[in-house]
Amino acid sequence: MFSFFKKDPAAEAAKPAASWAERLKSGLSRTRSALTQPFASLFAAHAKIDEALYEELETILITADVGVEATQHLLGALRARVKRDGLTEAGQLKTALKAVLGELLAPLEQPLDVSGHKPFVIMLAGVNGAGKTTTIGKLAWRLRQEGRRVMLAAGDTFRAAAREQLEEWGARNQVEVIGGQGGDPAAVIFDAIQSAKARGIDVVLADTAGRLPTQLHLMEELKKIRRVIQKAEPSAPHEVLLVLDANIGQNALTQAQAFDEAIGVTGLVLTKLDGTAKGGVIAALAKRRPIPVRFIGVGEGLEDLQPFRVDEFVDALFA
Amino acid sequence: MFDNLSQRLGAVVKNLRGQGRLTEANIQDALREVRVALLEADVALPVVRDFIARVKERALGQDVLHSLTPGQMLIGIVQKELTALMGEQAVPLSFAAQPPVVYLMAGLQGAGKTTSCGKLVRMIRAQGKKKVLLVSCDVYRPAAIEQLKTVAAQAEAEFFPAAPDQKPLDIALAALDYARRHFFDVLIVDTAGRLHVDEAMMQEIRELHAALKPVETLFVVDAMQGQDAVNTAKAFGDALPLTGIILTKLDGDARGGAALSVRQVTGKPIKFVGVGEKLSGIEVFHPERMASRILGMGDVLSLIEEAQKGVDQAEALKVAKKLKTGKGFDLDDFKTQIQQMQKMGGLGGLVDKLPGMGQLKAGDLAQGEKQMRRIEGIINSMTPQERRQPEIIKASRKRRIAAGAGVQVQDVNRLLAQFEQMQKMMKTFAKGGMAKMMRGMKGMLPGMPR
Repeated sequence: MFSFFKKDPAAEAAKPAASWAERLKSGLSRTRSALTQPFASLFAAHAKIDEALYEELETILITADVGVEATQHLLGALRARVKRDGLTEAGQLKTALKAVLGELLAPLEQPLDVSGHKPFVIMLAGVNGAGKTTTIGKLAWRLRQEGRRVMLAAGDTFRAAAREQLEEWGARNQVEVIGGQGGDPAAVIFDAIQSAKARGIDVVLADTAGRLPTQLHLMEELKKIRRVIQKAEPSAPHEVLLVLDANIGQNALTQAQAFDEAIGVTGLVLTKLDGTAKGGVIAALAKRRPIPVRFIGVGEGLEDLQPFRVDEFVDALFA
Repeated sequence: MFDNLSQRLGAVVKNLRGQGRLTEANIQDALREVRVALLEADVALPVVRDFIARVKERALGQDVLHSLTPGQMLIGIVQKELTALMGEQAVPLSFAAQPPVVYLMAGLQGAGKTTSCGKLVRMIRAQGKKKVLLVSCDVYRPAAIEQLKTVAAQAEAEFFPAAPDQKPLDIALAALDYARRHFFDVLIVDTAGRLHVDEAMMQEIRELHAALKPVETLFVVDAMQGQDAVNTAKAFGDALPLTGIILTKLDGDARGGAALSVRQVTGKPIKFVGVGEKLSGIEVFHPERMASRILGMGDVLSLIEEAQKGVDQAEALKVAKKLKTGKGFDLDDFKTQIQQMQKMGGLGGLVDKLPGMGQLKAGDLAQGEKQMRRIEGIINSMTPQERRQPEIIKASRKRRIAAGAGVQVQDVNRLLAQFEQMQKMMKTFAKGGMAKMMRGMKGMLPGMPR
């Protein structure tokens, strides 16, 4: 039962980077084929850089949920680069586009460091069905792999069987879940933090009920939860994660903005990238509301929640 | 709801003013803006292209009618095409089979299938006395079966128990057998969320479909879905003979382009839309009304329906009479009015459906609603006599009322002043009509356009 504790975190970290890249690649392969197939045919069809090529590029980026604004930004930067470097071949455009996209996304790559506080309190929020509870399950597994003591707070007291779902994740990871039947989410999380302090827990993961940013009373409730967390531990929450579904289109911008204004989002988790959704919305976010992307979900397995790395992400997209 | 789109279109057509005829040149810019607006609303690119081409074809060479501006002409065409895109008419649920009629739910993870199951039960109940059985074949996600069980209890439908170690197909067949033997009218089968590219899972739902032979196979899709909506809808449509679509979380999105794409790609009607988390949050989808809404022309039809549903006719008549004569309008009537407004979905629900009100900020609305609740509370703390004769309310009564309603004395004062103003307005209304009264009403609610 305590095999989780014994697992050497260093050995985990020492795993060859290739396997990580492989997994990301396979997770993103559909994304990639959706993006790169058109790219491949695009670069084959056009030998020279011309207007038609730019127009096709625009189409591809928009279909990848990059959004009109970020697409125009990317194309503008691309044109500038083409002019500056005197590029003429369509093939050179790929490298240039990679560089431009990488530049746009670079500020988002900031891995999450949970070592600064004890307990380190992470609050998760998002719209209904974004994958908050599943993300908590995977995150708990990841933290356990690093040898940390984790506690889950079942703050979703609204949705049917949300607590049972979290308890199931807790059981799988051998992590304690604090929850109360019904009741006030803020109170549940407050209790969890108190008990985490008493027991020397390293990380508290606080779940909240899914809510749409248009439901103002629920956004108020979220603000209250944040205030109460602060009451339990003045330096907390140390991280406020917004969980976004990669399938969501430009509404992700609205969500990021609304949640950020309500509770000060410090990091994003982009889930369900293993479908055909392109995750291009990251670029739209980088343009409009740059918030670090802490993790991306590329599959159903426990290990498929991965830290976001721009180089690998862009490489995987264009490989 | 769809404000961003309608605002954009509104700004575009202003530039078309003063043109006598719609030509390639003068609608070029407008159409480009329409294109961008639709793309920003997450309407899928192929659908947008198609749509623009059709609008263009229709619009070219049209003479602008005397009474219309070129902008209105174009909006008219866009509206007609939007309606056509979403399907012309509302399509009801089918019960045309020997009971138990089976409904199968399908969709991506987190689309809202389980919640929609509960809402469907409500919908079916509203249409007639039917015995409904719910069963979950989601053996994958932790506590998914538990979730449907709770939903079933809330919806007061019977739930067919299952365990996560069973096979989905076995669960479904056992439930069907149970439904047959116990004379259920409807069996709703919830399934696990699945990616359309997950071959094994798609095969599983094909098998479920083959075994259950459902009358309705409903594709549940999140209204906020992005460009990828076309791909998922197409894949599900190819794998399963879908009969309809449920569009969920429609209240969460300012745009909802998925509504346009999904219908176009699958060719299947959108039957219902889900709004809000309560089980009553389900509406029949009306394409023509939705098109009007998108264009900011308001959804007056739905509003009237809401009004008929929510308003007590006798009460309304009584108040209307008092309004007309301007006599005897007391605080009780004031309260009745507020309550009726709340029955119709509150300020937010009203404004959402009214033409030209899209610009009001959500925050202002929430404040307005809060104020309305406060007013109700204050009136509730008054004695019947005080309600009839507010003039008897002096300092000591005010203190008591304020304490009772949990507000400050100033709030009571404000209400009384407002009420007095209203009474005056009633009198003007009785004499002079609506226009004057509207002028008088401005400023009573925060955020009203001044």
